[in-house]
Amino acid sequence: MNRASLLHTSTFRLALVYMVLFAGSVLILLGFIYWSTVSYMAEQTDATIRAEITGLAEQYRQRGLNGLEKTISERVERDPNGSSVYLFATPKLQPLAGNLSPWPDATPGPDGWVDFEFKDSGTGGRVFQARARVFVLQDGLHLLVGRDTRELKATQQLITRALLWGVAITLALALLGGVVMSRGMLRRIELINQTSRDIMAGDLSQRIPIRGSDDELDQLAGNLNSMIDEIERLMDGIRHVSDNIAHDLRTPLTRLRNRLEQLQTDLEDSSPYREQVEQGITDADQLLATFAALLRIARIEAGGHTAKFKTVDLAALARDAAELYEALAEEKGLHFSAGIEDGISLDGDRDLLFQALTNLLDNAIKYTPAGGAVVLELKGSGNTADIAISDSGSGIAEAERDKVGQRFYRLESSRSTPGSGLGLSLVKAVARLHRASLLLEDNKPGLRATLRLPLRPNREG
Amino acid sequence: MRVLVVEDDSQVAAYLVKGLKEQGHNVDHAADGKNGLFLATSEDYDAMIIDRMLPELDGLAIVKSVRAAGKTTPMLILSALGDVDARVEGLRAGGDDYLTKPFAFSELLARLDALLRRARQAPATETTLRVADLELDQLTRTVKRSGHVIALQPREYRLLEYLMDNAERVVTRTMLLEQVWDYHFDPQTNVIDVHISRLRAKIDKGFEQPLLQTVRGAGYMIRE
Repeated sequence: MNRASLLHTSTFRLALVYMVLFAGSVLILLGFIYWSTVSYMAEQTDATIRAEITGLAEQYRQRGLNGLEKTISERVERDPNGSSVYLFATPKLQPLAGNLSPWPDATPGPDGWVDFEFKDSGTGGRVFQARARVFVLQDGLHLLVGRDTRELKATQQLITRALLWGVAITLALALLGGVVMSRGMLRRIELINQTSRDIMAGDLSQRIPIRGSDDELDQLAGNLNSMIDEIERLMDGIRHVSDNIAHDLRTPLTRLRNRLEQLQTDLEDSSPYREQVEQGITDADQLLATFAALLRIARIEAGGHTAKFKTVDLAALARDAAELYEALAEEKGLHFSAGIEDGISLDGDRDLLFQALTNLLDNAIKYTPAGGAVVLELKGSGNTADIAISDSGSGIAEAERDKVGQRFYRLESSRSTPGSGLGLSLVKAVARLHRASLLLEDNKPGLRATLRLPLRPNREG
Repeated sequence: MRVLVVEDDSQVAAYLVKGLKEQGHNVDHAADGKNGLFLATSEDYDAMIIDRMLPELDGLAIVKSVRAAGKTTPMLILSALGDVDARVEGLRAGGDDYLTKPFAFSELLARLDALLRRARQAPATETTLRVADLELDQLTRTVKRSGHVIALQPREYRLLEYLMDNAERVVTRTMLLEQVWDYHFDPQTNVIDVHISRLRAKIDKGFEQPLLQTVRGAGYMIRE
């Protein structure tokens, strides 16, 4: 389970989509909170300023300009560190009273409101924001009533920061959650995949583990398990039937053969029937051999052998086959040679591989006329090993190469030679069992049959 | 020799019993697994022939029970299951040999003889095998006939060793494939015959008395 495969899981992609949606929602929510808080606070500031103005207007109406100037001075004295800002100035904007100096360099809007910056001498000349309303009174006197908005700005910043952090944390959590969820999911799906691969490789006894949470993956695993149960039951049925055929039909054949054998021993050596009885035994043997080969192919194709695979030294196997068949080839007047590369081994069934190899050698020797040549080669290349048997016989026409692996298929030209027509079917079955391929090529002249075996048949994928 | 036959097919059983009696054996027969197990564990036999598929009790269960009881009696398993896995299973259960149905009676007899001989024979102290004037020295791996050294290929040596070890007894082609070549497979041609005739050319050629004989319909035998 690497990073790349994690990014490719549908769970992770789903998690990413949710992450984007969720982050968007959070952004909108926080944005709304920001907007409503800030406008509420601005509203509050304006309301406070309006209340101050109402108070001052009252004083002005009752006590005139002097009363107004006095009230402003009193208010500034009473609360020197307050957020209220006052400035009473001459028509030439020279300050008369208040806690702001000089008159701010900003033009008020048509409604008399102004936002401006000022230096607060009490904090070492730092610049602050303020909002105020400006009036022009009788005699051109100017009045400014406002509030320091630094708290408002600070709150705005706080909310902005919270908003950004909120989004960042949401994204991080969503990403983390996505990874964790996908990993968990990936692990469970990988378990299902692994089990499926084992089953495809022929081990039908495997089942997908169920966690017991009865979630959809458990249900999927349960359904797959029921499916495998059914397949196993059917396969067992097939095996059972073929075992029964073997037992039920081959037993009377045993009797037939044994009767003939008994007859053979009972007959005098000079009896004229002896040869006929011997021929009868040979015929029975041939029938039985065909039957045995059919059953053997059926059993190989039913699978299940792979569980019993052991490491097979292919070089030793090829050498044994070469040694066994060299004598036969030479007896027939063929030139036999072998080129075997050492140190090639794989997981497989030794006897079946030997059977496949000898079937190919049998064919090559059978269909090559005297004076010809048969060559056995074993070569490894990367992940595969090739066992090739080439002959200089009549070969197989290209159109027929696909058909020769079918059961009982025999070439017109070979009908007269003995054989059951099952030899190559058996080779094909063994090849399939080992995930190998059987290649039939023109050897110009003759046939070149190559068994291409993967060197790690059980560990691929 | 006392031989127990556990076989449910009455005709195969009758044939086996008849054939074995003709060979001079004293034969008991059980037609199902329960009786078979009873006889196998309560009586003393020199060898047992047990069918794998039996009513009442599986043949392999009998084999396992006999072995669990500590008996070393040679047991030959008969079965219609011909594949290598079934064979390995049978041998692992404690069987000494495994024969697939249908079998030639001569094949069964040859295997039974080999089992009986192996069981009777004390561990070999003799390292030289002799048949008439043919000598095989297992220590130096040399073969002589009438004092003349015969050069053999390693496989030819093993073939001759196995034949001489079973001198006077029929050895079948499948037994040779299993014992000398160590492969369980069905050759489509009689490839063994070629090896036998090569060996015969080396040990019998130029001598009056042929030692390596072909037994028609059965196999080969080395004897005087």
